[in-house]
Amino acid sequence: MNIIVVGLSHHTAPIETRERLAFESNSIEKPLRGLVTLPDISEGVIVSTCNRVEVYAVTRDIAGGIARIKRFLADWHNLPFDEVSPYLYGHHGDNAIRHVFRVAASLDSLVIGEPQILGQVKAAYGYAAEYGTSGLVLNRFLHKAFSVAKRVRTETFIASSAVSIAFAAVELAKKIFNDLSDKTVLLIGAGEMGELAAKHFFAGGVSGVLVANRTFERGERLAEELGGRAIRFDDLYDHLHKADIILSSTGSPHFIIGPKEVAEVIRRRKQRPMFFIDIAVPRDIAPEVNDLENVYLYNTDDLQGVVESNREQRLKEAAKAEEIVTVEAERFLSWLSSLEVVPTIVALRSRFDEIVRAEVERTLAAWKGMSPEHEKRLEAMTSAMISKLLHTPISVLKHTGQGNRIDLYLDALRSLFDLQTEPAGKGEEMLEIEQDE
Amino acid sequence: MSESLYLAALALYSAATVLYLVFLLRSGALVGKAAGWALTAGFAAHFLFTVSRYLEAGYTPITNMHESLSFFSLATVGAFLALARKYRAAVLGSFVTPLALALMLASASFPSGIVPLNPALKSAWLGIHTIIAFGGYAAFAVACCAGIMYLLQDRYLKKKKLGVLYRRLPSLDTLDEINYRCLSLGFPMLTIAIISGAIWAESAWGAYWSWDPKETWSLITWFIYAALLHGRLTTGWRGRKAAILAIAGFVVLLFTFIGVNLWLPGLHSYR
Repeated sequence: MNIIVVGLSHHTAPIETRERLAFESNSIEKPLRGLVTLPDISEGVIVSTCNRVEVYAVTRDIAGGIARIKRFLADWHNLPFDEVSPYLYGHHGDNAIRHVFRVAASLDSLVIGEPQILGQVKAAYGYAAEYGTSGLVLNRFLHKAFSVAKRVRTETFIASSAVSIAFAAVELAKKIFNDLSDKTVLLIGAGEMGELAAKHFFAGGVSGVLVANRTFERGERLAEELGGRAIRFDDLYDHLHKADIILSSTGSPHFIIGPKEVAEVIRRRKQRPMFFIDIAVPRDIAPEVNDLENVYLYNTDDLQGVVESNREQRLKEAAKAEEIVTVEAERFLSWLSSLEVVPTIVALRSRFDEIVRAEVERTLAAWKGMSPEHEKRLEAMTSAMISKLLHTPISVLKHTGQGNRIDLYLDALRSLFDLQTEPAGKGEEMLEIEQDE
Repeated sequence: MSESLYLAALALYSAATVLYLVFLLRSGALVGKAAGWALTAGFAAHFLFTVSRYLEAGYTPITNMHESLSFFSLATVGAFLALARKYRAAVLGSFVTPLALALMLASASFPSGIVPLNPALKSAWLGIHTIIAFGGYAAFAVACCAGIMYLLQDRYLKKKKLGVLYRRLPSLDTLDEINYRCLSLGFPMLTIAIISGAIWAESAWGAYWSWDPKETWSLITWFIYAALLHGRLTTGWRGRKAAILAIAGFVVLLFTFIGVNLWLPGLHSYR
């Protein structure tokens, strides 16, 4: 019983390739069902985001399973296999488990610590559960991955700092104003960048918004969309004092706000702080504005610097997270191995029982006149012999734990004694043995 | 009994100081909680010490440096515990607790014996005047700590170098509000302390005001805080300016309390 991971991500493939291999979530049922009808693939989950397309599957035959899924990915999208295969990776064993734990914990993300990926993996698992393509192993595996992600989130600071400029600006605002709910944002310039940043501020709790744009109509449209009010660009200075947070992103070739205007406005505001965010290049706000008391000015480079230091902080935290992943992956692997050990032991025992029973019966049939008491003794002796013979191998199997050695033992036992075990499936069936007579 | 309570408070304040500093520099919510518990336990022991000392001595135990430094420390911790919850600013403890510990250690360095009360102090005014005065001092102590934190956070935001402390420190608005809240509590108390002192002086020494060094310096302190409050309400002295004044005010206040007692001879030179 092996977990394998096959797919590609931003680490291995450019966006053009990722796009072509992506699955749409609203039509994921067919590929999922197709996946588990592949030979020797008993369970499957498909994760498809803009940064990765990955299949998590359960198979007995690692090399064959990985090859079949690689081909499946190409065939499903009608792409020539040779074109996509260089981008595809396949993991198994310890690596596969670590990989999925790292993905769910956002350690494999483009932006380490970003929170979306966990939801995406959960959704992917949800589909697999709904269509019945995940079973005992993947159910347990993905739930474990979610709990590892949660541990990483609560035990490290990996996701506690903003890694985009807009988020960083909102975080800074919260360190100045504390509560944003009664604060007003003034958007100067109705461009896309400003709009995006304004939306982050809304998500951060800001209530009021003013929009000043050179073309009034365009500003009006954006104001309406954001639920705010448009003001004429020429009246900008009359409204400046109403704004706590000023987001500027005009295409103006020179500064539109200087220290003199701001000094006057801050006096009018009785020194209530103002936070200027200048995301325009060339800049809209003179840097001397930052020298005024109770005024804070951040331009694109400043915000980029904040993001950079947050990113460094995240990398430090990621090291702690990797340790958690390693420990949890080991634990899971030993559970996975135990799944194989029990059925193999049962099969081994049955195989011995079977042979001995057949021999005893033959002997008894030929040996007339044996008393029932002697028959009993004979049976007791043979079953004691089985127990003694199997004692050491079984205890070794039970105590070997996880890793490559146990796989070696199990494989050896299976081929030496011609055992057929079928542990995959649904819970209780795990212990049932099918024997090939 | 009271001796061991005093030592318990001293030990718990020391533990709380270490925990609060770890909390400040290395984070960890659990450390912050433990620091809060240690400080609360220390406050309880300290409070019981003060009560038992009152019962033993038979007068309000704020008559010499040992007693008043100890009471100053108690009141400061009390003011912090009351405010921290309201503003969810546990990290304020990382600044207030070391101060409270320093006051406690200073108190321990003075002789602690209970001596018969100076006849001039035998009055109901003793309790009223001193408790209110130190209540005001405590509020100003917390304002000073919030002011230091404000200057640090302001510097981080201005220089755009966001260090470990930046993440831990509360927002500027929160710190400024704590400053204002302490000022609006401390100022009336200081005013009442000065007025009650004057009334008491009239009955004890025969004059409302005799320009004793303590009186003079109290008045200087009062003017600083009055200026800050006035500036705040009219022209918006807030933020950095308010923080600096809160710190300056507290330095003058410390001189009024300790310097005057030790170095300027006068009617208030209680050692």
